[in-house]
Amino acid sequence: MTEQTASLDAPAAARAKPRRAPSRHAAGWLLAAPLAAVLGLFLVLPILMIAIVSFWGATEFSIYPAFQFDNYAFLFGSDVTYRVFGNTLKYALITWLFTLLIGFTVAYYLAFHIRSLTWQIALFLLCTIPFWTSNIIRMISWIPFLGREGIANSALLSWGVIDAPLDWLLFSDFSVILAFVHLYTLFMVVPIFNTMMRIDTSLIEAAVDAGATGWQVLWHVIVPLTKPGIMIGTIFVVTLVMGDFITVRFMSGSQSANVGRLISNDIGLLQYPSASATAVILLITVLMVIGILLRFVDIRKEL
Amino acid sequence: MKRRPRSFYALTAFFALFLVFLYGPTLTIAILSFQGPQGGLTFPMRGTSLHWFRDLFEQQAVGDIWGAFRRSLVLGLMVMVTTILVSVMGGLAFRKRFAGSGLLFYLIVTALVIPSILVSLGVGLIFSQAGIPVHWSTSGFGAQLTWTLPFGLLIMFAVFNRFDPAFEEAARDLGASPWQTIRHVVLPIIAPSLIGVALFGFTLSYDEFARTLLTAGSYNTLPLEIFGMTTNVTTPVIFALGTLTTAFSFGVIGIFLAVFWLMGRRRARLGSETGKPAP
Repeated sequence: MTEQTASLDAPAAARAKPRRAPSRHAAGWLLAAPLAAVLGLFLVLPILMIAIVSFWGATEFSIYPAFQFDNYAFLFGSDVTYRVFGNTLKYALITWLFTLLIGFTVAYYLAFHIRSLTWQIALFLLCTIPFWTSNIIRMISWIPFLGREGIANSALLSWGVIDAPLDWLLFSDFSVILAFVHLYTLFMVVPIFNTMMRIDTSLIEAAVDAGATGWQVLWHVIVPLTKPGIMIGTIFVVTLVMGDFITVRFMSGSQSANVGRLISNDIGLLQYPSASATAVILLITVLMVIGILLRFVDIRKEL
Repeated sequence: MKRRPRSFYALTAFFALFLVFLYGPTLTIAILSFQGPQGGLTFPMRGTSLHWFRDLFEQQAVGDIWGAFRRSLVLGLMVMVTTILVSVMGGLAFRKRFAGSGLLFYLIVTALVIPSILVSLGVGLIFSQAGIPVHWSTSGFGAQLTWTLPFGLLIMFAVFNRFDPAFEEAARDLGASPWQTIRHVVLPIIAPSLIGVALFGFTLSYDEFARTLLTAGSYNTLPLEIFGMTTNVTTPVIFALGTLTTAFSFGVIGIFLAVFWLMGRRRARLGSETGKPAP
């Protein structure tokens, strides 16, 4: 369509004006210039800077330019690194599993069981609103629930389920993952709901007419057609969890570690070069995970 | 209407539980923020009072939270306006499929998936090596844009993918200049989605923590201030602050949604029926 118009316009423009109209490439770059500038200055340059500084050296108070592999050698030579990376992947995997199950169920309910569009939009908004409020406050708000004298413990005690308050509810891996699921399930709901809403209902009717049961429709029709949404949600959740440092620090009461905390601890000690080296490895890990996930979905088609 | 299958009721219960899970904790701290002066961080309530809200106005109890709130507000508005402008221009640019747009697209995806602490660390390093002091309105502003712009652009991509170019062709055929086409045809059509971009721009900036951590300098934004309080404040005053700022967020979201809804109604009222199939 666009090409057709262009080929029709071109000779006419050439006849009418000797001056050539600016090419779409120049116009495109002109419009994209602010975007490119922001991303260049605050994304590309910082990544390059981190890569460079990861080879620098540090004293107790300052950092100095150098080209040495000490930071990486230390990183790869330490058991802590492998344990912490393993822990990070564990958080990502468990959170992914729970957000996927909950997110898929919620999206499925909204897309296929709510019949009026107004209600669909209203309930969908109800799910998204917490995303626009503060993550830190949402973390803090678990304290009265999970503490030794919190709601969960007093309820379980009064029902006689337990004899002594549970210690592992707050400041444990349990509370870290609970907070992750609480904060990030939304990132599953939105893309999955978006893909589900575009499924042609006649496909489902056809499956039902051909004698499929509810479960068969779900497993053989809806799930395969929802895969792109699941992949996009997965990318969001996995990268957010892998890059996190504040949820783990706060919800584990500084007792558990992930890569983000490793970086932020180094920053706290002004050891920027070693923080940078860890950051480089983290970025490579995250990009590799995404690279694998992107093989399953073309994001540009899904918008 | 068809009878509801039994799974509907099970799923409704599941969805209700999900909403309790989402909103329950926030509601709990909202209730606990009205604790009496002797009350603690959990139930039981020891009387009800506005004691902890009053504390928010006393410097020695909470530090400079009102200054932090003002900074967060200004920064949120700066980020919002910039996000709208840059996203619209970027959205228009990507329709031209210019050389190198693929690369720029991958940069946007990178900005979305890169761990926030890397942006914080990298921007902080650049400023310190260049000898420029970090400040929330410069380095903090730029670092936050790397988080809000991808969302703005994703919305713009979704909008322009569904945009019918016939409207612009019609405007051009009637002699409109490129700028007139954008000003009088494209912008009015995409206006409602710009409300969405604005909502993301403001709220994501207002609540951003990790990207501002090393880039805000000596004057904290509100999320930084609140996080600082979590380590040394052990009274419900932190719940009062949380309740207040969440209420503020809800207010902002409400305003944006109301404007969006009013725009839709106005459009439905004033819209022409031309071209629609006869009823």
